[in-house]
Amino acid sequence: MQDLLYFIQQLINGLTIGSTYALIAIGYTMVYGIIGMINFAHGEIYMIGAYTALIAITGLASMGIAWLPLILVVALICAVIVSSSMGWAVERVAYRPVRGKHRLIPLISAIGMSIFLQNYVHLAQGSSNIGFPALLEGGFRFGAEDSFQTAISYMQILIFSVTLVCMTALSLFISRSRIGRACRAVSQDLGMANLLGIDTNRIISATFVIGAALAAVAGLLLGMYYGSIDPLFGFIAGLKAFTAAVLGGIGSIPGAMLGGLILGVAESMTSGYLSGEYKDVISFSLLILILLFKPTGLLGKPEVEKI
Amino acid sequence: MAAQNMKHALFSAIVTLIISYPILGFDLTSEGTSVQLQGADTSTIIGVFIAALVVFLFQLFRDTIMGSLGKLPALSPMANRPPMPQKKRLKVESILLTLMLIGALFWPFIASRGAVDLATLVLIYIMLALGLNVVVGLAGLLDLGYVAFYAVGAYSFALLSQYYGISFWFALPIGALLAALFGLVLGFPVLRLRGDYLAIVTLGFGEIIRILLNNMTNLTGGPNGIGGIPDPTLFGMEFGRRVKEEGNTSFHETFGIAYAGEHKVIFLYLIALVLAVITALVIRRLMRMPVGRAWEALREDEIASRSLGLSRTAVKLSAFTIGAFFAGFAGTVFASKQGFISPESFVFLESAIILAIVVLGGMGSQMGVILAAIAVTILPELAREFSEYRMLIFGAAMVLMMVWRPQGLMPMRRIHIELKPQE
Repeated sequence: MQDLLYFIQQLINGLTIGSTYALIAIGYTMVYGIIGMINFAHGEIYMIGAYTALIAITGLASMGIAWLPLILVVALICAVIVSSSMGWAVERVAYRPVRGKHRLIPLISAIGMSIFLQNYVHLAQGSSNIGFPALLEGGFRFGAEDSFQTAISYMQILIFSVTLVCMTALSLFISRSRIGRACRAVSQDLGMANLLGIDTNRIISATFVIGAALAAVAGLLLGMYYGSIDPLFGFIAGLKAFTAAVLGGIGSIPGAMLGGLILGVAESMTSGYLSGEYKDVISFSLLILILLFKPTGLLGKPEVEKI
Repeated sequence: MAAQNMKHALFSAIVTLIISYPILGFDLTSEGTSVQLQGADTSTIIGVFIAALVVFLFQLFRDTIMGSLGKLPALSPMANRPPMPQKKRLKVESILLTLMLIGALFWPFIASRGAVDLATLVLIYIMLALGLNVVVGLAGLLDLGYVAFYAVGAYSFALLSQYYGISFWFALPIGALLAALFGLVLGFPVLRLRGDYLAIVTLGFGEIIRILLNNMTNLTGGPNGIGGIPDPTLFGMEFGRRVKEEGNTSFHETFGIAYAGEHKVIFLYLIALVLAVITALVIRRLMRMPVGRAWEALREDEIASRSLGLSRTAVKLSAFTIGAFFAGFAGTVFASKQGFISPESFVFLESAIILAIVVLGGMGSQMGVILAAIAVTILPELAREFSEYRMLIFGAAMVLMMVWRPQGLMPMRRIHIELKPQE
């Protein structure tokens, strides 16, 4: 019984982290699906979202506003606005001019952008980690009083529900709206979509903005969950999210969701049963193994080599 | 058109404000457990608004500005000049190289100890950049975990000397070969992947190596690192004041000169110089051998070269392994120069700096990479007050370079036959 409770606890923790990975992974997978490049700076956009949210939260707190839903909503809106503007600007400055050139060139430009943004925040806000105020405490507990108890915190419930809402909204947006339809068309064939009168530049910008907005949501949630942020924390999270995107099949949105959840569970199982220090090793090894044995990922389409 | 420009300019200016004001305009400070928010000083805020204004004006008059920039001839006098004839260019290059080498040989005897130490570091970076140049510049494989091989070289020397008392000269080939072996083992499975996947996998590999070094505390000392790495010896002569190992003599006693700390620094510098020259020469030869041609061919067109019978895996693997080999070389020198190593020295940022050197110098161009390594290592030392902006500038430079001049400051030129203009 105790083992089962412990297992369920790890599962819950894994799904929590995994759902935020999935939110970040969407940005990678959408951009890859449309222009076939890895947006290395995506992790930094997520980090900037977390910083903006923290600035908004402390700003509201210093004004004396203490009503939690209002704080969360305002922080979320601020983070989404700043991050999506950042996503738009990054695409405009670093990616659009090099689009269509040799594959290495956009990739190096993206790495440069990632280093630039990391140091931009580092210089503006300092390199030390800053504590995120604990806004939401407490939770439910299951199990006997004197033995191991499985706990679900309110924070975890918040993460699940916000992720669920975002994913549903995204799915509806992609399948129903005009821009969503254009997105799908562009990812199938950019040139043809252009010929049929779709403003592909606008659609590509829109993808970056959507991805950045979801990353900002993840930034707020993970910042609150972990309790502290620093300018480097986007880098590892970005790598993990990319792993999640590859795991599920890059270019596929349901794949990114699935990959995020699997990766999160794999990580929490490693830290629960082996050692917390090796959870990064596990996720990168998972990435390498997936790429070796099933490069298309779980839900990806096989890539045809065109001559 | 004007209305369109106006709209776009206004939008760009607002986006500039949105992305810079919250991050730059507020300072988060931790006080105990609570976080305080302060407004930044006025000059920063004015700076943010000026930046937005500049973006607005630039976007508004974009066409006029870009048009007049294109017409400006003085900005790029080099661009339109016909390239130097090949013979003359080779001559100029070889004279320049000889002069640089002579200067480098005499450098330790005229410069201060600190300057020689810095020059040793420059040489280590040159080795690293030349090695990465093979992988990224020639073979076109983006390796973001290059620092892992550097770490393998450094740690193999440190561990071998700690546990088996092996000296620098034996550790040098062993470290390089071990790094090459790591490259081979990693490369074998991953080189079948497409370019961008390769970048991520090598990045992950670099992180794995660093995490392992950090956590295998009983072997590597974890975050505390390994100290007491011995200095290299010259035919059994040590450079310390007293001889540490039995059977060795000390350098200053053998030659009957007074002991000076500089001897060791100069000796290390000369070793690094010789190794860097060897690296450059070996890679220069390799570039002209069939394998070097195959690297470039595969980079340019994979399908065409495969249909001509090149084995994709073998060619890529050779580039990857050779690059790793030279990183191991550099790592061993680095370990003996520092005398102490820890996982701190092998973070991703280091990989990024080496990549920035290769990109700025011009991918594939040896001369460019060497000059870029010198510039990138020395400039932050000269401008100490800007050193915290170093990585910011690197990042921006990488982006700008890719946008405006992806071939680098000194692009690679192939040996080719030139047609004579008709009289």
